[in-house]
Amino acid sequence: MTRQAHAPAQPADALDGFRLDAHPMQEHFGPYGGSWIPEVLVPAATRIAHAWADARQDPDFLAEYAHLCRTFIGRPTPLQDAPRLTSHAGGARILLKREDLAHTGAHKINNAIGQALLAKRLGVTSVIAETGAGQHGVATATACALLGIECVVHMGSHDIERQHPNVVRMELLGATVHPVDEGTRTLTDAVSSAVRAWISDPEGTYYLIGSAVGMHPFPTMVRDLQCVIGHEARVQSLALVDQLPNAVVACVGGGSNSIGTFVPFVADEGVELHGAEAAGDGIDTPRHASSIAGGRDGVLHGAHTKLLQDDDGQVLPTHSISAGLDYPGVGPEHAQLAATGRATYHPVTDAQAMDALEVLCRTEGIIPAIESAHAIHLAVELASTRSSDEVVLVTVSGRGDKDLSSIIAWREGRLGDAR
Amino acid sequence: MTAATSTTPATGAVRIRAAFDAARAAKRTALVPYVVAGRPGIDACVDLVEQLVAAGADVIELGVPFSDPLADGTVIRNATRRALDDGMTVAGVLDIVRAVRACDVEVPIILMGYVNPLLAYGLEAFCADAASAGVDGLIVPDAQQLVALRSAASANGLGITMLVTPLSSEARIRELATQSTGFLYAVATTGATGARTDVADATLDLLVRARAAAAGVPVAVGFGISTPEHVARLAPHADGVIVGSALVELVEQDAAAAIARVGELAAATRTA
Repeated sequence: MTRQAHAPAQPADALDGFRLDAHPMQEHFGPYGGSWIPEVLVPAATRIAHAWADARQDPDFLAEYAHLCRTFIGRPTPLQDAPRLTSHAGGARILLKREDLAHTGAHKINNAIGQALLAKRLGVTSVIAETGAGQHGVATATACALLGIECVVHMGSHDIERQHPNVVRMELLGATVHPVDEGTRTLTDAVSSAVRAWISDPEGTYYLIGSAVGMHPFPTMVRDLQCVIGHEARVQSLALVDQLPNAVVACVGGGSNSIGTFVPFVADEGVELHGAEAAGDGIDTPRHASSIAGGRDGVLHGAHTKLLQDDDGQVLPTHSISAGLDYPGVGPEHAQLAATGRATYHPVTDAQAMDALEVLCRTEGIIPAIESAHAIHLAVELASTRSSDEVVLVTVSGRGDKDLSSIIAWREGRLGDAR
Repeated sequence: MTAATSTTPATGAVRIRAAFDAARAAKRTALVPYVVAGRPGIDACVDLVEQLVAAGADVIELGVPFSDPLADGTVIRNATRRALDDGMTVAGVLDIVRAVRACDVEVPIILMGYVNPLLAYGLEAFCADAASAGVDGLIVPDAQQLVALRSAASANGLGITMLVTPLSSEARIRELATQSTGFLYAVATTGATGARTDVADATLDLLVRARAAAAGVPVAVGFGISTPEHVARLAPHADGVIVGSALVELVEQDAAAAIARVGELAAATRTA
């Protein structure tokens, strides 16, 4: 007898039919991906790969994930028309996939809940995560509080000073914030610190990575979990506008909301996929984070991918006004989608993103995260060149409340320049 | 084209083996100090290597700086960051090796570094240039699966060293030992590099397993080894001991103290 036979009758929603194993579990994405890791990491990574291969096809695991998606995260998130933004663009009809309405205010929670469930399945008592601006740390702390798992978040001491409200949030949620006092005291040092804590106790701890980057199986696992976005969006688009979108747009840092948005549409040949990368001051300047537009093939954090690096193979410092896009690499599946031409990646500058942020606020009453504003800019640009019977679907990956201090600083800086 | 003759120069792998064999014949475990290339400065690094050899080093391991050394502890991360800030490059590391060889230092020199700078240099070109600079072997911990690196190293006579850990299976140890052409590197603990207070039973157990699987390939142990007591305890169980973070920390403070420490460690290498 099947589980469904016992389930109470419920109206179908857009999450119905979602599967964690809808797409193949891959170590390699063409020439990208892989497990470029020291031997000390191999047992821990192998253990998680086996666990995920098992969990992703276990109906009970999926049922638990879907249950928490509905009851805790608030999924499915809406797909909505954006008539005033559409008028502003003056072209194709724009649809917004509202990940900003997910619990904790961004798509990050989809991944954190799924991996925390996996940690629990593995029987570990402590989850380790790294965070830069604090968003992934808050999502992980939230998931661990829900599931009763100890949570230690590694965070550069410089970031701790800059992002104090998120430190308080994590501590309120019962997490321990572990300050990292080395190097630049920011995200990259927090990643290394978290990884070292994990490899010191690979049996007793679980490393909960925040994006679709790093060594196998993380790019696949994070993608599988974030594909809930694209799965819902596809179903909702068919229901709302009777067709698939002509173009799908999302922002790309490490690339987790975008890979989750894109992959369920990859087999739909008529659907274009467009990623918005952070171009900072511009990709012709040293201050940007556009790994695909401006990077070369290289190895970072265990994956072969597109990487911002100097001629000597040293990883370059990056810049974006958005902390969430400020990463020198990109998920290996994006590197492959770019190489095959299935997806196209566009640099979007700080200024373009901040203008788009204000446009979305005023036309639709939505304050998006600065990350998401990069995608909004690209969606408006694409829509403006198309006819009104075409549809552009854009993922609003998170809400902008967290960014108020950056927004204030940006407006003051711009006023200063104008004087 | 004349036939190959016995005058063909010994390869790096052969020279590495010879260094371990010589130590063994002297009833010692080989002492392998690790220093970060370019620390505490370029000329100072050349002097340091020369004096470490004079103090009793059997093999020198030179760290090639990388911006994101995933598995290294704070000490080595900070030292490599300073080296990079001072402009150290892969080509600069090879210059240091040439300068060391010009000082008549003959012990094997092994480069240990992450793969990305080597990919940027070009694996073939890097192995050719390293061999001609006087490098004998390579350790590239995040590219153990990379066949192209092993081929390029082998084509240029460079030894390759693989790492095994206490969590590696017997089959994995055998596989990696077979692929190692200089020596096999037994990682003493499951954590990152960095000094520790004692020698774990798991380390001794790993050494027994690694030596059994290595079938004659020398086994050197590293990670967390800092004192003469550690060296003395491990000496009977390993063909070599690698001292990294503890030495790097001393070099950052006072290179003379690092040289003195290597002298103390060398005095503890007796196996019988």
